[in-house]
Amino acid sequence: MQISFAIIAALTLVSAIAAMSFRNLVHCALSLAITFAGLAALYLQLGAPFVGWAQILVYIGAVAILIVFAILLTRSSESTPQPVISRSWIAGIAVAVLVFGVLTKAILSSSIGQRELPAKPEPTVHEIGTQLMTRYVLPLEAVGLLLTAAAIGAVIIAMQEPGGKKSKVPNIQTGQSRTNPHNEEEKLKTILS
Amino acid sequence: MIGEFFKGLFLMIWKAATDQPDPKADFLQVLPHAIRPVAAVVLSITPIMIVFPTLFAITTWLERKGLGRIQNRFGPNRVGPCGLFQPVADGLKMLTKEDIVPRSADKVVHFLAPVALLIPTLLAYAVLPCGRNMVPINIDAGILFFFAVGASTELSIFMAGWSSRNKYSLLGAMRAIAQMISYEIPLIISTVTVVMIAGSLSLVEIVSRQEGYIFDLVPRWYVFTPWGLAGFVIFLIASLAESNRSPFDIPEAESEIIAGHLTEYSGFKYALFFLAEYLGMFAMSGLAVTLFLGGWHAPLPFLEWVPSYVWFLAKLVALVCLFIWIRGTVPRLRVDQLLNFAWKFMLPMALINLVVAAVWHFTAPWSFAGAILWRWLLCAVIIAVPYVWLGRALSGDKKLTQRTYRYAD
Amino acid sequence: MLGEGIIKGMAETARNFIGSYHDPSRLTTVEYPEEKIPAKENARNFPFLVFDGSDPMKGLRCVACQICEKECPPQCIYIVKDTAKKPDYIGKLQFQPKTFDIDISVCMSCQICVEVCPFEAIKMDTNFELSNSDRFGGLLLDKHELAKSNDYYHKIHATEASEVDARLAAEKAKVDAKAKADAEAKARTAAAVPKPALHGQPVLAK
Repeated sequence: MQISFAIIAALTLVSAIAAMSFRNLVHCALSLAITFAGLAALYLQLGAPFVGWAQILVYIGAVAILIVFAILLTRSSESTPQPVISRSWIAGIAVAVLVFGVLTKAILSSSIGQRELPAKPEPTVHEIGTQLMTRYVLPLEAVGLLLTAAAIGAVIIAMQEPGGKKSKVPNIQTGQSRTNPHNEEEKLKTILS
Repeated sequence: MIGEFFKGLFLMIWKAATDQPDPKADFLQVLPHAIRPVAAVVLSITPIMIVFPTLFAITTWLERKGLGRIQNRFGPNRVGPCGLFQPVADGLKMLTKEDIVPRSADKVVHFLAPVALLIPTLLAYAVLPCGRNMVPINIDAGILFFFAVGASTELSIFMAGWSSRNKYSLLGAMRAIAQMISYEIPLIISTVTVVMIAGSLSLVEIVSRQEGYIFDLVPRWYVFTPWGLAGFVIFLIASLAESNRSPFDIPEAESEIIAGHLTEYSGFKYALFFLAEYLGMFAMSGLAVTLFLGGWHAPLPFLEWVPSYVWFLAKLVALVCLFIWIRGTVPRLRVDQLLNFAWKFMLPMALINLVVAAVWHFTAPWSFAGAILWRWLLCAVIIAVPYVWLGRALSGDKKLTQRTYRYAD
Repeated sequence: MLGEGIIKGMAETARNFIGSYHDPSRLTTVEYPEEKIPAKENARNFPFLVFDGSDPMKGLRCVACQICEKECPPQCIYIVKDTAKKPDYIGKLQFQPKTFDIDISVCMSCQICVEVCPFEAIKMDTNFELSNSDRFGGLLLDKHELAKSNDYYHKIHATEASEVDARLAAEKAKVDAKAKADAEAKARTAAAVPKPALHGQPVLAK
């Protein structure tokens, strides 16, 4: 168990560092996908199959593709090579060490270390489903509402503006716009506008 | 020692062929202790690695002959009897072609793309129950695993398209990914319907729920229920789109975009892409067979003496023939028509199918005379009315009329 | 209804598939080179020289008038006249070609040589399987390769060949009739002009 954990953790860390340090943005995105896969492997090793496969399905199958699309659609030219390590790296490392120290102290001196370990839950899908529908039904519904709102928002953003700018589809048979009976004027207007 | 080895091997194959449980156990006892885990894995994988690529070779032959006969011509008929050695000739051609990589291509990503496509596709076979006791791993969340590895293939198509540094490749890759993520949703929702009724994500469990016969004649497959029929049709259409097959083959159609994301691939890498596409098609068909067509169950009670994997393969081949038939019939969809179809038609129908499955499930206690017919009628109405209405609404007022020509004079 | 067209289309393709096994009109492939589509009568490819009878060189209709060589637009015909003469179908002595070469890599099948030949000696062939591994020499056909019999001409262009034969036969008949009429007239004048009868000499019996 230790060796496999070490290998998976090493893979995850290396690909995460690579994701930060590659010059080419798409290479970074692909390394990030490998990091997600490493995380999924860790979940599977911890005995949580549902979360592991869901991690692959959602992160690699959707989030990584979203990142890649975003890179493609917003960068029209080749990225200018910027220095990988920024100028103020000493200050960066100092801040990181400070934050890490504060967090570690906070966690170690809290009451988490003294609490009893709860009973190990059954990680079967059946059990997850039951818990979602009985104990955690309110968060489930809230997430559903959030997803619906996001989908409606996406549709609204992508929809054409209603009104004058809507393009008229010419009718194939008669060559005339079918949304307006006064065809000659409308044709002139659409040509001129 | 060697004799024991081969005896154990033949016994294992015989046990597997006659549907007996756990054929590997005795053979593994013959092997030394240290290699037993590896041997167990290899013994599970080897049949898949032999059967499905062979099926791929046979399918390429079948497709070319079938399409040829549909199009009033012979298919290949020179290479062997009836052209049966054509896949061998094709394989030799692919192997001996020069592997050209464009100078400005991103070499590492270009190399890894076919590999990254093939690995998840092969992984998907690990959860398909090909026979009564023949599933390599029985994962509790089998369907989730299947779709997870299916989603990983989309990233490799992007890798292929982007690394070629070719505008056709990039455009083709983006279209391919848009198509695949659009059709994933109706695919998964129609699967969720089955999961809802079967009560488990495990494919072995879903198959075992479809055993038995109604009145000893009609098998209890899910395709013989109204929601199952609709779900099956939705699943088939969505799986055609997922594997980039006609009529959804905009990403790789030659007359459209050269070859889309495959433009800069030649030789063996192209063969790997081709193999991965067909293996993906088989995996999807296998899933359709498992979810809707009763997996490895026989269709009639007196036919149960035929081994279970034969039924699975027969149903798989029937679905593949259906795909070939559709390919020869339907013209290619334009990319905006394709996406409109997915989001505006398939998704609502898949959601309505969920409702129908629920209605079917909760009207099961009805037991007055002719209850089944009333339930069928109710479910059919719930599906058919939105189908017709959506169909009318989405095709606008476009009717197929006689084309009139206006000539310039 | 949505999907109706697809179902009808699938029925049609199924009918095509099953029909291709038993209905010849649904499988229209001609498996070349084992089967060939019979050539049409008006087909033409490259020229050939017609000979009558059985000896190609003696029966060659060509009299080396060199009209086709002059009229050929890409100038692909090369003729060298022979000094010896040979009799043609009427019996008159005519020239003959020592060399008659056509370069079929240049020939554009315009048929002008056929149209201008006064002796019906050069006609269009329909043979298209002329692949050769020698790009230059192999595509220069000499008179032995170009000479094909009148029977062959009948086989590939039946109506044209019959027409040509009828015309040639009519000409031959006219020439024969003229020759016969001449001979008769000569014999008649020889008989009509009375020789001065010598006394006691017997008159030559007719």
